[in-house]
Amino acid sequence: MKTKAFRAAFPYTIPVFMGYLFLGIAFGVLLASKGYNALWAAAMSLTCYAGSGQFVAVNLLAAPFAPLHAVLIELMVNCRHLFYGLSLLEPFGRTGRLKPYMVFSLTDETYSLQCGVTPPDGVDESWFRFFISLLDQSYWIFGSVVGALAGTLIPFDSTGIDFAMTALFTVIFVEQWESGATHLPALTGLGATAVCLLLAGSDHFIPFALVGIAAILLASRKRLEAYA
Amino acid sequence: MIQDPIQSAVTVGVVALTILATRALPFLLFPGNRETPRLIVYLGRVLPSAIIGMLIVYCLKGVSLLSSPHGIPEALAIFFVAAVHHWKHNLILSIGGGTVLYMFLVQAVFV
Repeated sequence: MKTKAFRAAFPYTIPVFMGYLFLGIAFGVLLASKGYNALWAAAMSLTCYAGSGQFVAVNLLAAPFAPLHAVLIELMVNCRHLFYGLSLLEPFGRTGRLKPYMVFSLTDETYSLQCGVTPPDGVDESWFRFFISLLDQSYWIFGSVVGALAGTLIPFDSTGIDFAMTALFTVIFVEQWESGATHLPALTGLGATAVCLLLAGSDHFIPFALVGIAAILLASRKRLEAYA
Repeated sequence: MIQDPIQSAVTVGVVALTILATRALPFLLFPGNRETPRLIVYLGRVLPSAIIGMLIVYCLKGVSLLSSPHGIPEALAIFFVAAVHHWKHNLILSIGGGTVLYMFLVQAVFV
């Protein structure tokens, strides 16, 4: 049963393999440039397992120790995950004892796969979904270890490699843009945040942006729900 | 390393728990057998793309439009990523290609 589910799950994860390999390597190289070796990269990819969250964590590690600040920053970067779970309550509810791992491993890319897949006939849904998530994480761990090793062993100029995170968000933005019936939420996110950045400055703009975005989206609820 | 190994481990642990909390909360608040409030369903549908827009701006917060190179490398690389992804939908091409292009721009062109 498990072998069959594994074979069915693997092809779906190939695009994520490509992306995670590169993104993982970029993360590993960046982490190594701050003095952390491959063991740290593996530990982080095993326990945190979040593309954007781990890139931001590199900045947190490269600054003086401030755990409370770390919680706030990570909440801000990852609060979108609060809403990912909402669209998967039902399918993940059917995964039984595998559910804790399904919830833990819900990254952007895994989310987009899990929302889109239906298991082929005769394949166990729980294990099928589980192997998709597990394969995705193994690619991420592999990439980040390779990157940290390369960054430690082969010194090279990695200036600009953190753009991988901007590129990741741009890719997600494009995919959401293509699948959305209305672009108002996406434009609100860009516009309101840009305005707050200009007014409040680069250290304090995020809380203002979050409040502004929530206010605009709540005020446009009637109009936006017409697109449902 | 600015933080010693213990401080680093605490930072990583705090990060891991915070991320787990954001992923687990919806499943704790809305167990499968109860209906999800309509306002939450609405926010669940519109917030993700707004937040991604916010995060793109967050990534660019250190870019100065007034001083050289005026955000040109960022603008070029983001345009590349968006256009190539829209065209091919291939993660390694869009993220890999865009990052390599950006590294080339900031290391060799706009120095």
